[in-house]
Amino acid sequence: MAFSQTHLLGIEPLHPTEITAILDLAENYVALNRSAEKHGRALEGMTQINMFFENSTRTQASFELAGKRLGADVMNMSMAHSSVKKGETLIDTALTLNAMHPDLLVVRHGSSGAVNLLAEKVNCAVLNAGDGKHEHPTQALLDALTIRRKKGRLHRLSIAICGDIAHSRVARSNLILLGKMENRVRLVGPPTLMPKGVEEFGVEVFDDMRAGLAGADVVMMLRLQRERMDGGFVPSEREYFHRYGLDAEKLAHAKEDAIVMHPGPMNRGVEIDGAIADDINRSVIQEQVEMGVAVRMACMDLLARNLRARRERERLREAAHG
Amino acid sequence: MTLWFHNARLIDPETGTERTGSLTVEAGQISAIDAPCPDGARRIDCAGKCLAPGIVDMGVQIGEPGAQHRESLRSAGLAAARGGVTTMILRPDTDPAIDTPEVLEYVTRRAEARTPVNIRCMAALTRGRAGREMAEIGFLLDAGAVAFTDGDRVVSDTKVLSRCMTYARGLGALIIGHPQDAGLSAGACASSGKFASLRGLPAVSPMAERMGFDRDMGLVEMTGVRYHADQITSARSLPALERAKRNGLDVTAGISIHHLTLNEFDVGDYRTFFKFTPPLRCEDDRRAMVQAVADGLIDVICSMHTPHDEESKRLPFEEAAAGAVGLETLLPAAMRLHHSDGLPLPLIWRALSFNPAQRLGLPSGRLTAGSPADLLLFDPDAPFVLDRFALLSKSKNTPFDGARMQGRVLATYVGGQAVYEREVSDA
Repeated sequence: MAFSQTHLLGIEPLHPTEITAILDLAENYVALNRSAEKHGRALEGMTQINMFFENSTRTQASFELAGKRLGADVMNMSMAHSSVKKGETLIDTALTLNAMHPDLLVVRHGSSGAVNLLAEKVNCAVLNAGDGKHEHPTQALLDALTIRRKKGRLHRLSIAICGDIAHSRVARSNLILLGKMENRVRLVGPPTLMPKGVEEFGVEVFDDMRAGLAGADVVMMLRLQRERMDGGFVPSEREYFHRYGLDAEKLAHAKEDAIVMHPGPMNRGVEIDGAIADDINRSVIQEQVEMGVAVRMACMDLLARNLRARRERERLREAAHG
Repeated sequence: MTLWFHNARLIDPETGTERTGSLTVEAGQISAIDAPCPDGARRIDCAGKCLAPGIVDMGVQIGEPGAQHRESLRSAGLAAARGGVTTMILRPDTDPAIDTPEVLEYVTRRAEARTPVNIRCMAALTRGRAGREMAEIGFLLDAGAVAFTDGDRVVSDTKVLSRCMTYARGLGALIIGHPQDAGLSAGACASSGKFASLRGLPAVSPMAERMGFDRDMGLVEMTGVRYHADQITSARSLPALERAKRNGLDVTAGISIHHLTLNEFDVGDYRTFFKFTPPLRCEDDRRAMVQAVADGLIDVICSMHTPHDEESKRLPFEEAAAGAVGLETLLPAAMRLHHSDGLPLPLIWRALSFNPAQRLGLPSGRLTAGSPADLLLFDPDAPFVLDRFALLSKSKNTPFDGARMQGRVLATYVGGQAVYEREVSDA
């Protein structure tokens, strides 16, 4: 079995062959999504619930579309305004939903590890759509697919991840995935936005962006939350843009054919110059969004297959004992 | 009642020795060592097992008043008896806090009727543990408070703390501090480093503990107060502690058994039963702490018994409550220091029993004639697998659930009375 996971909680538990299996299947869905008849049947009869404890438009839309294109019944729950605010615990919410027999649960939560906790309490497949500062696996997978399509491979590349590494689940998932696939990962950002002990992850750390970008095949920019810019972690927006914003001059230090990525939503003029974000020769930001739907279709398809197989085994076991 | 323990492996923390012998208990006191059996005495054959002074557990939280559903004086007392703890030193972090003589008397009076083991109270240093106004230290001392602390709330206003210390100095009271820089550690639930970064948990450097300790040492030097650090858990704090002691400050330090036996990796996939204040440290720190206990630099090992209901722990790691129950697991966990880390039993008992009693001015913790017969008979080797639902504590939040442990309490005696007996043969 190329993909043996019950849930997709992070990149950390995945084997490189499982990552490749997801990406290979996602290629099929890229083709499907570009065809006129955008319908698959992999999730037919299944119920997918999107639980977003943090507001999100893009990721939620991507998961919703992915589920619908594969034939699932999709329900969106915006938990930011619901009973959670009335004091119900995460586990009670999970148990309530579990009683409705969903097959796929897509969860985003503000606390690291919250999705792991939830996955222990339900008997369906759980997908982590971002938990606190921990992981955001489908983002890393869609980035990987984008890189593989643009660069023709996903190994032995120099990849610079720039910006707010400390608060970014995207950065964590990406550096784990890219490390597993044997790439050279550099982290670029001010020391206040660099997590402790990060050198031990097998990455190179730079606080000078030009040095960090030198010879890079891929430049991955991260979003900097506005509330972190006013003297808390960096002195000001303009100083941040001056030192760590991606502009043509800094990008010139990377390889000539380096691609520029951003998980969105972008702060133009803060971490990235608008002209670069829109440069179709360098920026793959729109393609990332497209790959996002395909990768999420692939993840849910693979998890659904395992879920069906597991339920079938349980049914046979019960039949044998009953 | 007169008791005669024979064929016992006597663990004497005061002299740091262990040997086989007999011990006589009369009128609630140890009356003789290696004396013949008095007429009419109950003869207890220890079968070569260990007889030691009962544990003096410095820092037990009980839900009375305020949270009886988590732990009552009765349930804690039963747990203590089974865990070999003969004196519980209660923390004042109750609701309301033990910050007036009235609350202290209420707790003491209720404890007498409900708890088979000895109870002494620490009192809050400031009213409501709010860090603003001094509690009635004098009245509280008269009512029996053995020490003054705001628990894990740091008194961040140095002026308030310096006045409390100066006032306490005049009364000879012991102040227990929680060394931590409150600003640096705000919001953190893990020790900073590779593990916390991987898990995406808000983390604080162990340096925050050293900084808090350094600040407190400055105030201790300034005021001359008697001071005990509740938990020193990081190697970075040790040189400061060593220096303070060498300079003649009246300073001692403790550590919880969890920080001596677990490290940050035990948190694994966000297991909230491993969330502590301060957070678990790296393995290098843990080993340095074990060595510090062996060297006598750290004086006291305690359970930091902190009962929490299931709901407070069934939350995402950042939001979950910190702390674990420990009365019943203190001894078997401490046996890991013996079996795995090689510490001799008398040395461990010095930190569990003799030192805390001495620091708090209690007569127990000794194995000499005239001391109270607070005794503990245990088998240091007996293996078992811990089942948290078998604990007598009302709360079951132990990090050792399912752990293979060694060390079983066979019997516990308080003032010569058996408060727990499991497998004791009279002969």
